[in-house]
Amino acid sequence: MPGRRSLFVLMALAFGFAFLYLPILAMIVYSFNASRLVTVWDSANSPTLMWYAELFRNAPVLDSARLSFRIATVNATGAVILGTLAAFALERYRRFRGRALFGLLTTAPMVLPEVITGLSLLLLFVALEQAIGWPGGRGATTITIAHITFSMAYVIVVIQARLATVDRSLEEAAMDLGARPWKVFFVITLPLIMPAIASGWVLAFILSWDDLVITSFVSGPSSTTLPQLVFSKVRLGVSPDINALATILVLIVTACVVAAGVYMVRLEKRRARDAQTAFDAAT
Amino acid sequence: MSTDPAARAATTPSPPAPYVRIERLTKRFGDFVAVRQVSLEIARGEIFCLLGGSGCGKTTLLRMLAGFETPTEGSIYIDGVDVTGVPPYERPVNMMFQSYALFPHMTVEQNVAFGLRQDGTPRAEIETRVEEMLSLVKLDGYAKRKPHQLSGGQRQRVALARALVKRPKLLLLDEPLGALDKKLREHTQFELVGLQERLGVTFVIVTHDQEEAMTLASRIGVMRAGEILQVGSPTDIYEYPNSRFVADFIGSVNLVEGKLVEDEPDHVRIDCPQLGGTVYVDHGVSSPPDAQLSVAIRPEKLQLARERPEQPDNVLAGTVTGIAYLGDATRYLVRLSTGFVLRVTMPNVYRREEQFEQGQPVWVHWHASAAVVVMR
Repeated sequence: MPGRRSLFVLMALAFGFAFLYLPILAMIVYSFNASRLVTVWDSANSPTLMWYAELFRNAPVLDSARLSFRIATVNATGAVILGTLAAFALERYRRFRGRALFGLLTTAPMVLPEVITGLSLLLLFVALEQAIGWPGGRGATTITIAHITFSMAYVIVVIQARLATVDRSLEEAAMDLGARPWKVFFVITLPLIMPAIASGWVLAFILSWDDLVITSFVSGPSSTTLPQLVFSKVRLGVSPDINALATILVLIVTACVVAAGVYMVRLEKRRARDAQTAFDAAT
Repeated sequence: MSTDPAARAATTPSPPAPYVRIERLTKRFGDFVAVRQVSLEIARGEIFCLLGGSGCGKTTLLRMLAGFETPTEGSIYIDGVDVTGVPPYERPVNMMFQSYALFPHMTVEQNVAFGLRQDGTPRAEIETRVEEMLSLVKLDGYAKRKPHQLSGGQRQRVALARALVKRPKLLLLDEPLGALDKKLREHTQFELVGLQERLGVTFVIVTHDQEEAMTLASRIGVMRAGEILQVGSPTDIYEYPNSRFVADFIGSVNLVEGKLVEDEPDHVRIDCPQLGGTVYVDHGVSSPPDAQLSVAIRPEKLQLARERPEQPDNVLAGTVTGIAYLGDATRYLVRLSTGFVLRVTMPNVYRREEQFEQGQPVWVHWHASAAVVVMR
């Protein structure tokens, strides 16, 4: 009986993973295809790295990759700073007037259709430009601001959840020992929520990195992000170098996830070992 | 360890002027009154215990002393200075939290040094004082450990060291022994008192555990519903409770209602229908005649006998209906002819002493000084 059940579990696992990862696997395999036609496998010359080589000679691709990276980095940093402040206010000052409304307002961009967010941001930027002459045209700056607007909502949720688990008496103890409120925040609260800030940063980075809809509304002619480039290329017909580009992106993301996983497991193991030491010392 | 306030006062050179003075302190949360018109004076070097059940306002009072809550009305003076509006980081007061609140990302050493760092104490002085403090709480050699590498008892001592290292005028302790197991708690109680006597810091302790209050405190304030009902030494509180609530809250007690039938300066006689007779008490009572009173008698002050004892008063006939052998003592339930059940505790002085048996008719008797009369 246990044997049959474990076979069923294995099957379920295999199908689940196949469903999730076969498309990506197909894309990776085709990135080594020598044929110029994406759907035709050229068995004579494959596998080849020619599309990877071409990618690194392609100036527009490299330019938009750099732009996307820059926007994602600035966005993640900005979203984390604003998101931490908002989460702190929501979590620590429980009794202020309009708290519920404020909480709802900060997380609304998560459920708002992206088209609406994009459109309203576009209208705001145009109106601002006419009123005060800033931002002069649309480009990297407006994209970054737009990205912060929606990714901040996710950051707030992540950091607020972590803040809720931080014992309030830790902050009170620090204050009791003579630390002023701002110092308590930087010396006690911030180090304790650092893991959440780090994951919030990565989340905001990824959200910005692959956003297409909102970006299309607020980007200008001189600024094309990587998703925009991929999308416009695909509309003209899928070319094999896109497969190579996507494979590189998948590899980067996988490396990040694996590194984070290994780090977490190590941390957990060390914690368990320390707790055991303390227990042994006590008995 | 001395629990007698007179003896304690004799060993401290300070005048009896109050060191901490709380004047008509009130705290409201919306419509809820957490602390109501509390006035209290605490002498220098005292261990004062606020004792009460959950929600009685003892923790709110402590948090107002620490500065985490702002009083709605009233004021707090420490060493003659009004600190009512002073924020926690500027008060000469430190607190030991119930959860210990050790900073998990800092070592033991960094935790203890934290308070001194905030004051800009020179590095060399910080080092010596932290070292002194750690050896005082017997944690030398643990300086580089993180809190999660310590046992519960060790964490408690780090928290104590961290709160004491700034040499506060007043140390507040919120359920200081609550998180320790029973054996460790008994041991730590005596250590805590010893430490307090050596350093001479004034302690204010909040606890719901009456045994903890009795062993630690020089004086106890019993709280209920935001008010202090009685302040006194552990002996006062136990032997002379001033109300039904205090009598019932501290220890175990037999409470019966009664009416004054004989009122003399040196003795009173109270008619208790529940007991089916009168109770003779060898001290006077200051209450109007015919007032409804309660008589409180501790179970250990009642005695059982097979034969009717030769005393005119305070003897009742009953039947044993329950027996609980506790080792050091045996607890009996004795049903009187009126149906009222008295709790009686008899110490087991001799081994294999003849015990009373279930259903056995017995005489319950007590000394004229055993009963305490409390207003309703």
